[in-house]
Amino acid sequence: MKIKQLSIFLQNKLGRFAEMASLLGEAEINMQAFTVAENAEFGIVRLIVSDVDKAAKLLIEHSFAVSVNEVFLLEMPDEPGALAVYVNKLSDAGVFIEYMYAFSGANGKAVVALKPSDAALCEKILG
Amino acid sequence: MKYWNEKMECMGAEDMRALQGERLRNIVRYTYERVEFYRRRMDEAGVSPDDIQTIDDIVKLPFMQKKDLRDYYPTGMFAAPMDEIVRFHASSGTTGKPIVAAYTASDLDDWAEGVARCLTAYGVTKDDVAQISYGYGLFTGGLGAHDGATKVGCSVLPTSSGNTAKQIMLMRDLGSTVLCCTPSYALYLAESIEQDKDTDVARDIKLRIGVFGAEPWTEGMRKALEENLHIKAYDIYGLTEVSGPGVGGECECQDGTHIWEDLFYPEIIDPVTLQPVEDGKEGELVFTTLSKEGMPVIRYRTRDLTHLTRGRCKCGRTAVRMAKILGRSDDMLIIRGVNVFPSQVESVIMQMPEFTGQYFITLDRVNNIDTFDIDVELKLEYHSDSIKNINAIKAKLNAKLVSVLGIKPDVHIVEPGSIERSMGKAKHVLDKRNFK
Repeated sequence: MKIKQLSIFLQNKLGRFAEMASLLGEAEINMQAFTVAENAEFGIVRLIVSDVDKAAKLLIEHSFAVSVNEVFLLEMPDEPGALAVYVNKLSDAGVFIEYMYAFSGANGKAVVALKPSDAALCEKILG
Repeated sequence: MKYWNEKMECMGAEDMRALQGERLRNIVRYTYERVEFYRRRMDEAGVSPDDIQTIDDIVKLPFMQKKDLRDYYPTGMFAAPMDEIVRFHASSGTTGKPIVAAYTASDLDDWAEGVARCLTAYGVTKDDVAQISYGYGLFTGGLGAHDGATKVGCSVLPTSSGNTAKQIMLMRDLGSTVLCCTPSYALYLAESIEQDKDTDVARDIKLRIGVFGAEPWTEGMRKALEENLHIKAYDIYGLTEVSGPGVGGECECQDGTHIWEDLFYPEIIDPVTLQPVEDGKEGELVFTTLSKEGMPVIRYRTRDLTHLTRGRCKCGRTAVRMAKILGRSDDMLIIRGVNVFPSQVESVIMQMPEFTGQYFITLDRVNNIDTFDIDVELKLEYHSDSIKNINAIKAKLNAKLVSVLGIKPDVHIVEPGSIERSMGKAKHVLDKRNFK
């Protein structure tokens, strides 16, 4: 399934991530998963939260550069070979994975957030 | 009303030169008799007041510069006795002593006249509500624009600079139609209005004319201000040493800044040879005040680089026109041996819709090589999930900068809103190189 993710541009500046995390915490918004893509001078935090619209509004009000975009969420048993099945299907169909990150879901499941090069094709394959 | 003072603004060239000659004769004699500095300098140059008969004789007179004004701090350049001085202003004086300017009642009247001519040329009338967001105080911007707008009969709203939320509230509630401030503050005001949920530019803001000066600005900046604030943006030129804003201004043609040459006589010289350069050629702007009493200046070198155009403008004025000032020769940065003006950087950034228009240049020297860093802000709507996209925008800016500047800066994308906004004259450069 597809889910909305926040991408937040952060300058490499001491305390900037802490500021973001505190803001979300005070607003009772839970960070369910995130990853940081880093560069020499800035990073992009990709973040899945409990309330994406509220979080986006709050962060923009506090001058964070936020964009909202979609990623695919794959839920699977937390066991060897589970992910390989999916990514093989995608590569066979010619879909690149721009990035992905994994986290633990409910009931001992593993969850992977994935950004494909071709969202329409990816949706068709993963159903 | 099309002109504030049609006689002076549209005078034929010969009549103007005759008037300038007569006024120059008077001011040279006046300063020679009253100010030791002028007497000594003319004596050293072997020129007497009798040698000055026509405006062409001005080339016989020695130049003066900012250092002379500093050396005679505080009152050594005053030509009128203190009981005739009714106002002081002072330059910001970031290095050393400030420059103090003194005005008689007649000087203030001429100054307001210059501003009134500018405002009228932009289309401002007594029906306008003029919000003065230049700083009030020692800086000439606030009180200068204030007196000129008062002379025109505008409803003047003297907000001074700063307190942006209140500026916007009053602008909306009192229906300001004219905004006078530095272009960088205007850009910040536009940005703040956009972020203000209660205020919509098209619905709530009645501004129609922007009167911007006190720092160099580019055509790209003009375009951005006109689009963001739904106004026509005009340049007003001036400097404390000569009087203040209103030495000249643009007309509705936006094709050069008319200098009120019956009051302030401009020349363009080669800054190296000090010889006059012909009309149309770039050089350093030099001013002689033709009517000032409190603190006249004669052949004052402004450090501003520009060129002059004579002849009748489409607006009907004959007052000589000056091209947009790209920078002071003092502002020019020499980076790895290449001359760079901050305004060149600004013009490139303003051409790219991806950026907010705010920028900050930092220069340093590492292992004897100049480093040249430029911070720019990517607009919120151009942010995305992809580092690749952000780097592509950065590469595009880099390529444009290299082609305009001739050297390669290090561009850094920073968060929107993170570059400090200026309420007055913007500070765009930090030079950490130590040449001592």
